[in-house]
Amino acid sequence: MLNDSLKQLSQRLENKEISSVELTKEFLSRINKLNSQLNAFITVDEERSLEQARVADQKITAGTATPLTGIPVAQKDIFCTEGWLTTCGSKMLSNFVSPYDAGVIERFKAVGAVNIGKTNMDEFAMGSSNETSFYGPVKNPWDSHAVPGGSSGGSACAVAARMAPVATGTDTGGSIRQPAALCGISGIKPTYGTVSRYGMIAFASSLDQGGPMAKSAEDLALMLNVMVGFDARDSTSLQCEAEDYARDLETPLSGLRIGLPKEYFAEGMNGDVERAVDKALEEYRKLGAETIEVSLPNSPLSIPVYYVLAPAEASSNLSRFDGVRYGYRAESYRNLEEMYRKTRAEGFGAEVKRRILIGTYVLSHGYYDAYYLQAQKVRRLIAQDFKQAFTQCDVIMGPTAPTVAFDIGEKSSDPVQMYLSDIYTSAASLAGLPGMSIPVGFGEKSRPVGLHIIGNYFSESLMLNVAHQYQQATDWHQKMPNL
Amino acid sequence: MQWEVVIGLEVHAQLSTQSKIFSGASTAYGAKANAQASIVDLALPGVLPVLNRGAVERAIKFGLAIGAKINSPSIFARKNYFYPDLPKGYQISQYELPIVEGGDIQIQSEGVDKNIRLTRAHLEEDAGKSLHEDFHGMSGIDLNRAGTPLLEIVSEPDLRSSTEAVAYAKTLHALVRWIGICDGNMQEGSFRCDANVSIRPSGSETLGTRCEIKNLNSFRFLEKAIDFEIERQIDILEDGGVIRQETRLYDADKHETRVMRSKEDANDYRYFPDPDLLPVEIDSAWMTQLKKTLPELPHVKRERYAAEFGLSAYDASILTGSREIADYFEATVKLLPAHAKQCANWIMGEISARLNKADMAITSCPVTPEKLVELLAKINDGTISSKAAKVVFDSLWSDEMEQNIDAIIDGKGLKQISDDGAIEQQIDAVLAENQQLITDYRNGKEKAFNALVGRVMKATQGKANPAQVSAMLKKKLSSGTAG
Repeated sequence: MLNDSLKQLSQRLENKEISSVELTKEFLSRINKLNSQLNAFITVDEERSLEQARVADQKITAGTATPLTGIPVAQKDIFCTEGWLTTCGSKMLSNFVSPYDAGVIERFKAVGAVNIGKTNMDEFAMGSSNETSFYGPVKNPWDSHAVPGGSSGGSACAVAARMAPVATGTDTGGSIRQPAALCGISGIKPTYGTVSRYGMIAFASSLDQGGPMAKSAEDLALMLNVMVGFDARDSTSLQCEAEDYARDLETPLSGLRIGLPKEYFAEGMNGDVERAVDKALEEYRKLGAETIEVSLPNSPLSIPVYYVLAPAEASSNLSRFDGVRYGYRAESYRNLEEMYRKTRAEGFGAEVKRRILIGTYVLSHGYYDAYYLQAQKVRRLIAQDFKQAFTQCDVIMGPTAPTVAFDIGEKSSDPVQMYLSDIYTSAASLAGLPGMSIPVGFGEKSRPVGLHIIGNYFSESLMLNVAHQYQQATDWHQKMPNL
Repeated sequence: MQWEVVIGLEVHAQLSTQSKIFSGASTAYGAKANAQASIVDLALPGVLPVLNRGAVERAIKFGLAIGAKINSPSIFARKNYFYPDLPKGYQISQYELPIVEGGDIQIQSEGVDKNIRLTRAHLEEDAGKSLHEDFHGMSGIDLNRAGTPLLEIVSEPDLRSSTEAVAYAKTLHALVRWIGICDGNMQEGSFRCDANVSIRPSGSETLGTRCEIKNLNSFRFLEKAIDFEIERQIDILEDGGVIRQETRLYDADKHETRVMRSKEDANDYRYFPDPDLLPVEIDSAWMTQLKKTLPELPHVKRERYAAEFGLSAYDASILTGSREIADYFEATVKLLPAHAKQCANWIMGEISARLNKADMAITSCPVTPEKLVELLAKINDGTISSKAAKVVFDSLWSDEMEQNIDAIIDGKGLKQISDDGAIEQQIDAVLAENQQLITDYRNGKEKAFNALVGRVMKATQGKANPAQVSAMLKKKLSSGTAG
């Protein structure tokens, strides 16, 4: 049952083979068994989860169930959840119990999904390895020496280790896709503006986007059906018609044009990753797709652009954590300035401070034009590249990350190396395009490799179709680590 | 040396919306501390701003009223600094592309008309309040005011004296109330001024170093603070010193300005476009619709009063001092179109004196425009004298039970004597007793004639129609029938 798809679990619940309470207990016991070694969850609250399961069971009995009713969902600890500790992986919020629900949490509640726990993450979503969490690193379930990727590393680990059937993540420059790739699961970051950011603790507002993480594209589709929707409380939320993301899953791929950016296949990609990606592309050709070379000439600039814009927004977004109203406050201080200084020095970790400093610098008087403004211009060029490419192809493919999961500690002292983990994912974030990762095999040390699929705006249904057809023909997505 | 004073004003007008500019919390004044601070105002993690349309509409109306350019798109920017009453660590304001740019305001200072150019007016949120008393060594924070919509109206340095500055501030104050975008309540902080003051040798074209005086919450303080500041700067320069650019605070008790912060301690606010808010697009249909809701503006009314009713510039400006006074005047003159000047005189004289004495607004004037017109008609048809009308007016004002003008005239015996025979009798009696005055008059002493009229009036206890008396007397004296 741990390996069941959402559809199968939902069927079992509907047939009364199992109740939501029983299903929830099943996953809670799996969490109990594995979390001490994997550290995927920051907060587990059995009573609250079971209470939600009981409500779900009533819904099922009443016949008002929908596909996610009674299904345990692991929630990234970036989503404010009423009555739950919501830490964002930081000491700064280590005592923050949210008095309100994020828009995404409300939507899961409304359909009767069960919150199975809050997952570990890089502090304030800043990291690609989950090593920056105040709550300690998450282990990769395929290899406990390896990182799970980040920042949604806890969610990726939880799904890969079958501690939850599905999870939520957020992606600013690759934070759903890269950990999905490194943990051998599927994850999608939808078009910017489709999932409400209300109650999702902000890292870089113009890039942050919530999305689901799951074993398969089919599960992602059912999750998106719940997560996507207009929210008037988020001014960047898009008012688009509700759609069923599962509707196109079964469409054959004959005639599909897959664009392969020559820049992605040039250098920097490890041989093992390249082999797995090539094999996946071969599979797509077998499925009737054709591959064509496209060019994203400005994409090599996406990392520098990202590391100007994201820290700039972050430096301002994180100003509210000042110890005045909630969260951590330094214990002793002599005056206001010292309270600020000590609170923020003690409450934030090194990576967060680094980015606040970078962001403060690039927005400073005299530097703004050279950094922030320039980066905004290049951001538009990056988006134009994609626009051009999508005149030639339907989806773009490449590796999600340049390497398989690296070892814990391997890159933590070299921020630039760490930042390069997002080299393939950040461009789509800058353009606001949807991007996803699906597992396509294993590389070095038998660690998973992910295939990156970038679609045009609002083409999530097509992307899920493309991923689902591959998953119908292969079984990489069903592989499960030995734990 | 002769010095020229150069002043520019920044006015913060609180916009009269029911809710805050970025949250649904109430803006009502005087609630219990923090009772009107929503989770958005508290800047909890994950909350987002949603722009209040009403605040934008008020800003547009202001722009239309002063003939300014309305920018579309208009951009919200973050102004970053730390202060405990600034919950997000940044204020949402506007920097580049403010909603209103340019425009003019005509003022009258010491009888001279002057045009004052406006630089811009932009929307922003107010901060909260720090309370330094009553907390035993700690400070309290009240966030009720945080997020209150403000329009910051910035003038060009076109003002040349404290008198002009006050005239400008008063005109602006009247205008924002006139168009209904701000209640103008200065005690409650709805209309606050900062003054930028500098001096330069007369004839110089270059601006001197300026000092900004903060938070002047009455016209009197504005005038006094500027005068103090001018003296201070003249003293420094005439002693061979230099003015330092700084922000100063006016202390009304000590009547002085003192340093708040110097330019060196000024924050680098790191303005950048707020990624949580979309650019505001204002189309011409919206502007047209708002234009229709604008009342006839004071300067248009002034010109119309002069052209239509032949009123002096002075009268017209008094009658357009507020929309309520103008409404009263127009209601009156509509019923008595041939006697506009008389209506104006009564409103500016009798009514205004009474209202001032009772500290009442014209909207609660016990004598309605209809009653006033009825009373004036009694003067104009000769029933009572102007003097007697004031007695009737007093009665109407103070006795709300007796509003029948005829009954009041009868009751008080105020009816004017217009019967030629009765008046002639009195004239004859007076002439018979005042030979000397007749002689004086005939010797060319005009005063003697007035004295004779006075005596006839006295003999009739003031009830005779003075014009009639005068005419008959003149006739008698010239026909030689007298004496």
